[in-house]
Amino acid sequence: MNNVEVTAKKKREPLFHITKRSAIDWKVSIGIRAVAILGALVFMTIVFLFLSDENPFVLYKSMFEGVFGNSMRTWILFSNTAILLGISLALTPAFKMKFWNCGGEGQVIIASLVSAMLMFFVGDSVSYPVLVVLMLVSSLAIGAIWALIPAIFKSKWNTNETLFTLMMNYIAIQCVTYFLKVFGNAQGNQEPMPQFALPKIFGDRYFLNILLIAVICILMFVYLRYSKHGYEISVVGESERTAKYVGINVSKVIIRTMIISGALCGLVGFLLVANGSCAITTTITGGRGFTAILVSWLAKFNPVYMVLTSFLVIFLQQGTSYMGDIYRLDTSMADIFIGVVLLFIIGCEFFINYKINFKKPSKENKEVAK
Amino acid sequence: MNTVALELKNISKRFGDKYANKNVDLTLERGEILAILGENGSGKTSMVNMIAGIYYPDEGEIFVDGKPVVITSPKDAFKYKIGMIHQHFKLVDVFSASQNIVLGIKEAGRYKLSEVEDKVYEISKKYGFHINPKKKVHEMSVSEKQTVEIMKVLYRGADILILDEPTAVLTPQEIEKLFAVLRRMREDGKSIIIITHKMHEVLSLSDRVAVMRKGEHVATVKTAETNEKELTEMMMGEKIDLNIERSEPVDPQDRLVVENICSKNAEGIPVLNNVSFTARSGEILGVAGIAGSGQRELLESIAGLYHIDSGEITYNDPATGKQENLRDKTPLQIADLGVRLSFVPEDRLGMGLVGNMDIIDNVMLRSYKKGKSFFLDRNSPHNLAMELIKDLNIITPNEYTPVRKLSGGNIQKVLVGREIAAAPSVFMAAYPVRGLVVNASYSIYNLLNKQKEMGVAVIFVGEDLDVLIELCDRIMVISSGEITGIVDARNTTKEEIGLLMTKARKGDNTDE
Repeated sequence: MNNVEVTAKKKREPLFHITKRSAIDWKVSIGIRAVAILGALVFMTIVFLFLSDENPFVLYKSMFEGVFGNSMRTWILFSNTAILLGISLALTPAFKMKFWNCGGEGQVIIASLVSAMLMFFVGDSVSYPVLVVLMLVSSLAIGAIWALIPAIFKSKWNTNETLFTLMMNYIAIQCVTYFLKVFGNAQGNQEPMPQFALPKIFGDRYFLNILLIAVICILMFVYLRYSKHGYEISVVGESERTAKYVGINVSKVIIRTMIISGALCGLVGFLLVANGSCAITTTITGGRGFTAILVSWLAKFNPVYMVLTSFLVIFLQQGTSYMGDIYRLDTSMADIFIGVVLLFIIGCEFFINYKINFKKPSKENKEVAK
Repeated sequence: MNTVALELKNISKRFGDKYANKNVDLTLERGEILAILGENGSGKTSMVNMIAGIYYPDEGEIFVDGKPVVITSPKDAFKYKIGMIHQHFKLVDVFSASQNIVLGIKEAGRYKLSEVEDKVYEISKKYGFHINPKKKVHEMSVSEKQTVEIMKVLYRGADILILDEPTAVLTPQEIEKLFAVLRRMREDGKSIIIITHKMHEVLSLSDRVAVMRKGEHVATVKTAETNEKELTEMMMGEKIDLNIERSEPVDPQDRLVVENICSKNAEGIPVLNNVSFTARSGEILGVAGIAGSGQRELLESIAGLYHIDSGEITYNDPATGKQENLRDKTPLQIADLGVRLSFVPEDRLGMGLVGNMDIIDNVMLRSYKKGKSFFLDRNSPHNLAMELIKDLNIITPNEYTPVRKLSGGNIQKVLVGREIAAAPSVFMAAYPVRGLVVNASYSIYNLLNKQKEMGVAVIFVGEDLDVLIELCDRIMVISSGEITGIVDARNTTKEEIGLLMTKARKGDNTDE
């Protein structure tokens, strides 16, 4: 082969090629994610430089202030993280089963509605402990029912669960609208009834959420990893035919899992009312039923990772909203920020799953030297 | 003109630290069929993937027509008139044959489907294909889909065709048709590389055989100057015994009695019609038939996975002497009766195992329910997994490796091993050696033989008639869901079974 051919060949050779990683060192995977977050920040710094008059680093500082500025804000951060984590955990068993439960929003809202209705209609006629128990049980039950309906349709007639659960969300929201129209005050709101709220632990509302969800997080981890139910969920999710072949009753597993998923959403709905607003609004979840889908996916359905991913999302939401308030930035700037960070984090999954090998031009020389 | 169509020089490819191919030299002559033979994981597919532009070699060079080329994508490969037909088809289901064929071709001017169809017709006439260009892919049989794949490559004007295990999914008749087409292509001057590990196919089709072992090219020999034994030895790197030892059945007892079962599929077409037979302990009952004649439905209805409309399935329990009726029972109910029924289904990763789970979790699929505890016991499955890895020589990094990452033979060992570990009294296996290389196949036959010697009633659905005749005690032939005969394997011939396989159904138009 003459030299012309060699250079022609070298030119045509690919600069790099991509190979799938078989395993990745956890340090490397953390490093890649850190680089991704850093990349997102660099990108946003440039955006801020062009689009706002403020120094980007001052903006970042205000984000941290908005989250960790005082203990009150920090508690709000943790409490909101707990709520989002709670919904994410609730969706996770369904997702592991490849049952795409997009109805977390509706399951939470309908449970909140039932709690609020109980406060409104029977709050004065039964004793406080009875009311609380009633609210809790009904919330769990209605959340479970809301999830059970699409599960039954899926297991009996193989309907599409994504559309079905999404539609159930709108029904739940419309139920709230109807309730507020008929029983709300002149502005169409329900008067809060703080007299029926859950007792404060350590003088604060937030402890209870955090404590409860932390326990559920551990339980869910154990349930999915070490229980027979969890194993069945994985098998059904991976291959329904294998499940049938080994004698797993697939319909039963789908229904049982969705009852658990819905009931946990119901619990969060209960907390939002009884340990929160003490009244129902159509925006009580603030879209967290949908955000939870992202949180659960980002954590690859691992309840422990989910603590981190839900914290990240809430941190960004709370920080950017504070930053926007202080520096009078447009509200969409906060959304852009969150979007960019999440995009980088999701995008870096590529580098975690695949490796990019660059051609080493000096390799042949090295081998000669050997 | 150069007689060498394609040449690989010193090609190496690494995945991580492991060499998939190491210093491979290979030549392909113009107008020849070159078979590539090798064990699973010997680097056959990775090598042809480098020719087809799917992988890029780390070292070495590829020459087409004597000129060095760089192939970085399948498009590049087509530029050099190289086309590959993959083992798993890559077709759009809702498109017609001709739509699939032209998909991805960039030609100047408007594209006219009728012209494409004419050209497809022309090519198919030339090589003797049967193809309907208007037929949608989802309506096609496996062999028709393969024809579309081959056509796709020919349409693009390929002179070098690479076929990766094209016969794994075909019936003997379809294989013959395919081979006739390939021979016609060879006469037309095309060069063909075919990957297979069925020895008789290598011997009947190819001009030369390239043998691969552990990523390296051992040798290329002329097919006419070699034989099965020599090739196997080259492939294995050692002498192996290719005889199946068949023992006489000891005290056979009726274990499973199937009487007159009938079943219709979801479309209402009968798939099993008055099937009756008896499986005896200490005996291997072979099931022969053209693929899709009702073998799968038969085994699945015994295992409680397929609904039957009429008939009885009776199990004689060797321990208690009781008779159990298995009809209309779920797999769980059958197990609860104390019936130890093991079943190795045809679809290993889609039905028998969970690809994404590790060996331990797959081993416990059958037994995880044991005990009243809410939690799983992973200790005994862990021990069992270690035992299987050791006893069956399962090649795996460790017991925590997802089974989909193992090679076909090792996947099958996990599945068969698990089913045997359940200490069955009836053992059913559907095509347990499909896609497996020679020595993996023989280790499966040995496992079946061992079960037989332990007094298990073995039902073996196979496709290789030579093996069925050598391994089984009796062979039952199924044709269009009907049993057309049960013969003594010791006194039968391939021809006799072949005739029974295609025997027309009696009373097709009379009673249902």
